[in-house]
Amino acid sequence: MIPALIPMVTGASLTFWICAPLAVLGALGLVLFRKAVYSALSMAFVMLNLAVLYGTMDAPFLVFVQIIVYTGAIMMLFLFVLMLVGIDTPDSVIETLRGQRWLAALAALGTVGLLFFGIGGSVRSGPFAGLTEANAIGNVEGIASLVFGRYVFIFELTSALLITAALAAMVLAHRTRVTEKIGQRLQAAQRMRDYAETGAHPGPLPASGVFAGHNSIAVPALLPDGSVAESSVSRTLVLRGAALDPEDLRSMTADRFAAIEGVKEEEGDE
Amino acid sequence: MTNPENVLMLAGVLFTIGALGVMLRRNALVAFMCIELMLNAANLALVTGSTMNGGLDGQVASFFVMVVAAAEVVVGLAIIMTIYRTRRTTSVDDANLLKL
Amino acid sequence: MNLLETLSHTVPATGMFANAWWMIAAPLLVAAFLLLAGRVADAWGHFVAVAAVVFSFSIAACLFGEMLGRGAEERAVESTLYTWFSVGTWTFDVGLQIDQLSILFAMLITGVGSLIHIYSIGYMAHDERRRRFFAYLNLFVAAMLTLVLANNYLILFVGWEGVGLASYLLISFFQHKKSAADAGVKAFVMNRVGDFGMLLAIFTMLAMFGSSKFSVVNAGVPEMPAIWATLLGVFLLLGACGKSAQVPLQAWLLDAMEGPTPVSALIHAATMVTAGVYLVVRSHVVYEHSMIAQTAVVVVGTVTLLAGAWIGTSQDDIKKVLAGSTMSQIGYMMLAAGIGPAGYAFAIFHLLTHGFFKANMFLGAGSVMHGMHDDVNMRNYGALAKVMRYTYWTFFCGYIAIIGFPLTAGYFSKDHIIEAAFHYNVVIGLCALIGAGVTAFYMTRLMFMTFWGKQRWQPGVHPHESPKVMTLPLVVLAALSIVAGALMNWWIQTWLEPAAGNHPHEVSLIPTPIGLLAIAVVAAGVATGWYFFGRGDIPKVAPASKNPFTLVGRNVLYGDQLNDAVIVQPTYALAAASDATDRHAIDGLFDGLAHGFGGLSTQVRKLQTGYARSYALTMTAGVVVTAVVLILAHLA
Repeated sequence: MIPALIPMVTGASLTFWICAPLAVLGALGLVLFRKAVYSALSMAFVMLNLAVLYGTMDAPFLVFVQIIVYTGAIMMLFLFVLMLVGIDTPDSVIETLRGQRWLAALAALGTVGLLFFGIGGSVRSGPFAGLTEANAIGNVEGIASLVFGRYVFIFELTSALLITAALAAMVLAHRTRVTEKIGQRLQAAQRMRDYAETGAHPGPLPASGVFAGHNSIAVPALLPDGSVAESSVSRTLVLRGAALDPEDLRSMTADRFAAIEGVKEEEGDE
Repeated sequence: MTNPENVLMLAGVLFTIGALGVMLRRNALVAFMCIELMLNAANLALVTGSTMNGGLDGQVASFFVMVVAAAEVVVGLAIIMTIYRTRRTTSVDDANLLKL
Repeated sequence: MNLLETLSHTVPATGMFANAWWMIAAPLLVAAFLLLAGRVADAWGHFVAVAAVVFSFSIAACLFGEMLGRGAEERAVESTLYTWFSVGTWTFDVGLQIDQLSILFAMLITGVGSLIHIYSIGYMAHDERRRRFFAYLNLFVAAMLTLVLANNYLILFVGWEGVGLASYLLISFFQHKKSAADAGVKAFVMNRVGDFGMLLAIFTMLAMFGSSKFSVVNAGVPEMPAIWATLLGVFLLLGACGKSAQVPLQAWLLDAMEGPTPVSALIHAATMVTAGVYLVVRSHVVYEHSMIAQTAVVVVGTVTLLAGAWIGTSQDDIKKVLAGSTMSQIGYMMLAAGIGPAGYAFAIFHLLTHGFFKANMFLGAGSVMHGMHDDVNMRNYGALAKVMRYTYWTFFCGYIAIIGFPLTAGYFSKDHIIEAAFHYNVVIGLCALIGAGVTAFYMTRLMFMTFWGKQRWQPGVHPHESPKVMTLPLVVLAALSIVAGALMNWWIQTWLEPAAGNHPHEVSLIPTPIGLLAIAVVAAGVATGWYFFGRGDIPKVAPASKNPFTLVGRNVLYGDQLNDAVIVQPTYALAAASDATDRHAIDGLFDGLAHGFGGLSTQVRKLQTGYARSYALTMTAGVVVTAVVLILAHLA
């Protein structure tokens, strides 16, 4: 009962007319979004739409492969790499290659025309065969019998290809260490040397401050003389403007202490 | 059952948009995704053909395309990472040394 | 006896004659040995060289003696040593022909050669490259013997080139001097022109007769077309002109005096330069069948004898005077050889006597130079008769021999030529007579400037007599200069008759009217010489002269300038034109083609920008275009 797994089969034409514009919109988004993350999400959207279309065409196996392998694995791999290389750099809108846009548009027009013309000239206008017969023993089983039957040699070749690709990725990702690895011992020695030469503090940085009502890492600590210890707050937070002003906190703390003192006095009075 | 001609046209449009992206986008990752889009368009055409002809060979071919695409993505992304590591860029225009 | 029958009649080599090849082999082997032995042989190598030449001379003398003992018909001996190579139907043998003519040459070469070798022991005593010098001398002797003993023109040509090589090596023996190196190259190049003629002659013979053997050629010439006989004669004459420094190929001989003096004596006076005369006499059958070629020989000889004498009158370099004289005397021989059967024997006669007295005088000049610190300018000589007694008296013998003092060698040989020339043509005879007078004039001038008069020595020069090893050869040659003429006068014509053809001329001691006239002319020449150079002082620097006669003589008849204008400059111009054509027209065409493609490539290259996106665009466009074309083609 494989077709029963796909409830959309019945409204195939309707589904197509819903999914096809969405897929085209997604594809346009892929090309037009300036931020790569949006492009990636558009791509995932296109793939999901295509999966739905596969469903309408009696290909349930491909629906899942499309979603799990393509959208799930490959697109996530893309996102991982996007995160690694930084997502903050949008493409410039200025085209650096002279005439590239116009020529590309022209070539795209030509390609579309060619494809449409080719399709128009080659599509057989006979009755639509459908896969009912082919899927009689089940779609997955049908595909399996082909993959492990007629196409078994190609299948084995693809396995070799995948292994090679995995090896290649490892080779490319491997980085040869050109300097000695700095261990704990070396690091300690380096710290002491820096202290001797420049007077840099060898110990850990001061912890962030603790005030009444505030103890987050955005709160700078105070030194014994009452001045602010700059190194107690992460520079990132300072640059982001998230660090709090110690003066405000100090006055607030003083008020709190004063209130507590007042309570104590009242109690003493009693 | 929808008209296969429309599906094929959709495949053509998607393919063209992918090609346009490859030609226009400078971010290597986006260009790479555009290539994936073109492969997907081809897959769509294959599946449509399979339905039209009443055989599963098109779907098997589509399956193989996916496998090859997976392998290609693994290597391609590794290359992009390597370039990024050495040149601090993902723009395909910056990797233009292969010329006179 | 018929001439042709005589010539084709040779007997096989037996006994002593079978070993004749040792004459060539001995000096050749010694030359190779000396060149390869290295410094080990520096101390004693020259003795080996002298021994080799003396050995050759003894063989030649033995052969001569054996030949004398035979009947006239059995004197010409021919022996084939081995087959050199054979091509198709042509076979080239290495063979020797020892007849009356070649044995005289062999005697001259080895005899005078031996004396000059001995002389060189003293002359080159202080040269550190003495061993090499003797090796080259031996190489020369071997090559010269090959030339005169060969029985065909091809082997003759081998010797011909061998003497050219030895001449080149010896002229530029003082190779550290640029003038000597240049002179060697000049002699070599000008000789190439003559060799070209020789080669053409040999090719003609091979084409006509299929062989270059003397006997075959001599037998075949009477049957060949007249035009080919003339061409053959002219080709051979061209070769002879080159080797014998005859006009128009005379310019190299005076420069060749850059070589050591013994070389000048042996190669450029006694032997090699006379090879041309030998060639003409050897090929006399050819000339007898071509009036034109024969006349050409006479004209060349006459012009050269006058030109050489002219040069001799105005040079101050003692060796160059002698070189001019050599040219002139060889001109006499050529003239005699061109006259025909009447002159062959006289040509060879004069060649032999000239070999003696000219070698004598060259060696004497070398002895003078030896005492004068290698100075060759006669204006720095004078009054040497008293300090160099042997040199002076031997030179004096040569002097009276060359001017033709009665009963000396030159008197007999030259008078016969003049007489024969008068019988041939009065104008030619007059020219020969004038040449004799001029010879007397310039030789008298030389004697006054060198041995007589007042001393004009450079400061610090103390002339002295040369060692015994040098004066001994001088004495021998001086004796020969006096008596050789009288010894051979009655004998040589009969002796050479089988080889050179009979002739009707009878000789006697009583001078003919022409002989008397010659003596008078010579006396006038001597008197003129005395008038100009014997009475007063001779200036140390040649006086500036506007007399065109003197100027032309001093400039060696402008031979170099003429060659330069007629041959060298046009050749340069042709080379420059070829170069320009190649560089601009041909190169320009192909360079232009290349530049065109280069420019096209530069434009097309702009497609390769390095931008992957451009490539993607190109690919897409390419796919579209290709597909459109395919579809259109399909539809059509």
